[in-house]
Amino acid sequence: MDPLKIHFEVDGEDFSSAGEASVEMKKKLRQLGIPADVIRRCSIAMYEGEINMVIHAHGGTADVEVYPDRIVIILEDHGPGIPDIDLAMQEGYSTANDRIHNMGFGAGMGLPNMKRYTEDMTVESTVGVGTKVTMTVKL
Amino acid sequence: MKISEIKNLLDAETLCCDEELDSEVESAFCCDMMSDVLAFASSHSVLITGLLNPQVVRTAMMLDMKCIIFVCGKSPTPEIVSLARENGIVVLVTGHYMFAASGLLYNSGKLSGV
Repeated sequence: MDPLKIHFEVDGEDFSSAGEASVEMKKKLRQLGIPADVIRRCSIAMYEGEINMVIHAHGGTADVEVYPDRIVIILEDHGPGIPDIDLAMQEGYSTANDRIHNMGFGAGMGLPNMKRYTEDMTVESTVGVGTKVTMTVKL
Repeated sequence: MKISEIKNLLDAETLCCDEELDSEVESAFCCDMMSDVLAFASSHSVLITGLLNPQVVRTAMMLDMKCIIFVCGKSPTPEIVSLARENGIVVLVTGHYMFAASGLLYNSGKLSGV
């Protein structure tokens, strides 16, 4: 069965609007009658990913696929890439600057949070080309 | 605990969603780091923070929080208040610092920390 697909463009120019795609996804999942706990986990994971795309990669795209048994979130950007993915996955590791810290992010919890709230997460990244994060939350 | 009781206890001002002051909340989380809120706070908590930007409201929205308390008498921008209003989140401002505000709420015995 083909999944229900929702596509979002994530604007990388404006930090204050970061998170709008996650809010929109949350509303759509609610309309679809997805359980509250699943919506919460999808929302947090996508929101962290969206923030990452805005602060590190000048934005990107988010594609959400709703299957009968799972939700898959694919985040893709054409930013600088992640040189060492294992290091980036460590809680507390961050390359964010003070401007980002002052906004309440950049504590090195983004990728770990995304992993924490999803059943499966893969990060593919090439330096100078971009990053693709695929996350699955089971229904 | 009703949000109205929190408002009275903290001698706080309401900036939006007065109509939600009768809503009940069970827990509170205080933090300026939004990723920590996303990692550790429970849904439907009250968020106590000194951080002023729209991401505070979006973080609260992700966790279905009903109320944000800004401490140290800090005034959120109209953009922040308007985003909270659109989403039915009560915004309170208290002159207490974060430690004192959290202590007062903790001492009430009516809110859990998780």
